[in-house]
Amino acid sequence: MWEYTDKVRDHFFNPRNVGEVEDPDGVGEVGSLACGDALKLTFKLGKDGRIADAKFKTFGCASAIASSSVLTELIRGKTLDEAMNVTNKDIADYLGGLPEQKMHCSVMGREALEAAIANYRGGDTAKRELEGHVVCTCFGVTDVEIERVIRENDLTTVEQVTNYCKAGGGCGGCHGEIEKIIERIQGEKAKAHVPLVPRKGKKLTNIQKMQLIQQTINEQIRPALRAHGGNIELIDIEGDKVTVAFRGMCAQCHLAEFTMKDVVENKLREFVSDDIFVEEDKESVEEGHVHKG
Amino acid sequence: MNVIYFDNNATTRVADEVFEAMRPYFCELYGNPSSMHTFGGQVGVRIREAREHVAALLGCHPSEVIFTSCGTESDSTAILGTLAAVPHRRKVITTRVEHPAVLTVCRDLENRGYQVIELGVDKQGRLDLGELESHLDDDTAIVTIMSANNETGTVFPIEKIARMVTDRGITFHTDAVQVVGKIPLNLADSCVNLLSLSGHKLHGPKGVGVLYVRKGTRIAPLLLGGHQEGGRRAGTENVPGIIGLGKACELASRYMEDENTRVRTLRDRLESAILASCPDSRINGDPENRLPNTTNISFEYIEGEAILLMLDRFGICASSGSACTSGSLEPSHVLRAMGVPFTAAHGSIRYSLSRYNTEEEVDFTIDKMPQIIERLRELSPFVGQVTA
Repeated sequence: MWEYTDKVRDHFFNPRNVGEVEDPDGVGEVGSLACGDALKLTFKLGKDGRIADAKFKTFGCASAIASSSVLTELIRGKTLDEAMNVTNKDIADYLGGLPEQKMHCSVMGREALEAAIANYRGGDTAKRELEGHVVCTCFGVTDVEIERVIRENDLTTVEQVTNYCKAGGGCGGCHGEIEKIIERIQGEKAKAHVPLVPRKGKKLTNIQKMQLIQQTINEQIRPALRAHGGNIELIDIEGDKVTVAFRGMCAQCHLAEFTMKDVVENKLREFVSDDIFVEEDKESVEEGHVHKG
Repeated sequence: MNVIYFDNNATTRVADEVFEAMRPYFCELYGNPSSMHTFGGQVGVRIREAREHVAALLGCHPSEVIFTSCGTESDSTAILGTLAAVPHRRKVITTRVEHPAVLTVCRDLENRGYQVIELGVDKQGRLDLGELESHLDDDTAIVTIMSANNETGTVFPIEKIARMVTDRGITFHTDAVQVVGKIPLNLADSCVNLLSLSGHKLHGPKGVGVLYVRKGTRIAPLLLGGHQEGGRRAGTENVPGIIGLGKACELASRYMEDENTRVRTLRDRLESAILASCPDSRINGDPENRLPNTTNISFEYIEGEAILLMLDRFGICASSGSACTSGSLEPSHVLRAMGVPFTAAHGSIRYSLSRYNTEEEVDFTIDKMPQIIERLRELSPFVGQVTA
């Protein structure tokens, strides 16, 4: 069971400012049904240029609803510039803290606020547009968003990044990339937490190389294929030639060539050695069978 | 506040009779059954009786019952013990809807070079036995398929599957922790080789389980270092737990009919009332083949954890397949394997009843559900356009 503070429980059971402002000046919508939480924020400005009214509608767990409620309380009476300074930390602090795995609820609040202000200033779309390139395909999180939660909350591990913005919480295929972002931003700080992923070594013995290849397939490649109903089997390793077979959905996939070249080889080169090349063992591919959706 | 406990697939209340049966084995009869003295030795007799009670419920011979520490240990022993006994076979077949006690073991085996097949299920959570058959070959070491799903209560045709698998000389294991005590079993007339059960799912204590091993089944022990359980599971016996489980099995035989009549009626009453009073709700699972005590209902547009907290305020205990309750970010792997849309999976609630539930409790819950659902939907941006 989650340990929610009394403040969280209060704002969940008695949420403030529920609904939609009539004829709003700004509308911000973030999240989706598929992601498990979504927030629609509407606000209206007063004659003094301050936020006169703000309301929310939220699909999500207790901490998502409480975070939304607090967000509306925090921004009422503020100018837009002042409101822009509200961070996810402010929301979490106001609630007396959130469980670590629920921090993304406070981030969703801040994102909705930004989207609503951008909507007011830009005037065109209420939906937040994606900035940067998508790192986590499961939850559609970009490098820009990941960088931001790392900076604002001083995050040093992939697990923390997942807690704050969901990135990496699905198939796990992007953990390597998230780590690189953390390292880039945090530099030496992140190095103190040695991440549990394969690392390219200088000189590998044959045994070490085989183990590293197996580990890379297990941790970096298989989860991503699994997420799409497929699988991979390591058949053989001869020198730098790695033979693999694709199973399940991947075996019949027309993009198999693409998948193999782009994912498997790149990952193995990234984590094991630049000389690796991959071949597909077509003979061991199973008889095609129909998968049900 | 009274607690209304509808989470019996998670764990159950220890029956008073079970607790009373266990009590002397802590401070009075605390001897070690392996000891040579009468004081310890007398405990061994009680363990034998408990074993007989378990065997009677399962319809097997007492020598086929191995006591373990939990259902998870039974599952691990069944799978890893079988693989150790047939080292030349490298393939494992299971389903995508197994409990993590099985699924995580299989995925770990995959990382260690085994070929693992995970069978999919249809929209109601049913298996395609033709697909299973197509995967069976001489390389297959074990097929492990649960008897009934813990989340939806969907019951698999285990006898049919066991016959198909064992006819080809492959070992068949079933995780039956949700079935034992709810559906009658007769393993003497069955093809099942290995079966796991857990004490705390049938009003016995936590910390004790059983692995049924059919006579003649090849299996290596997981724990070494003692002669207990005929050398098949080392470690000093959890005497109070074993005595309690024996009693729980004895009671389960007695209450089996109640489980399938009164409890089933309560479940049906709860389910149909909720479906009738809460719009945009639906059952997850196979209504035709289902545990008598379980219902899993999805409520569109709202999130499960929020529903659970609202229920909690009324003292009602249930569970959810929503992502937020598990600490992971994705909803239940069972509901996703069934192709339940994300929208419904996030808002799924499981009610699992027991013989201790009453009509009043069911009616109280029926009364509270609509207002909870309505309240959360007022907050939801996805129904705002409709209700505002």
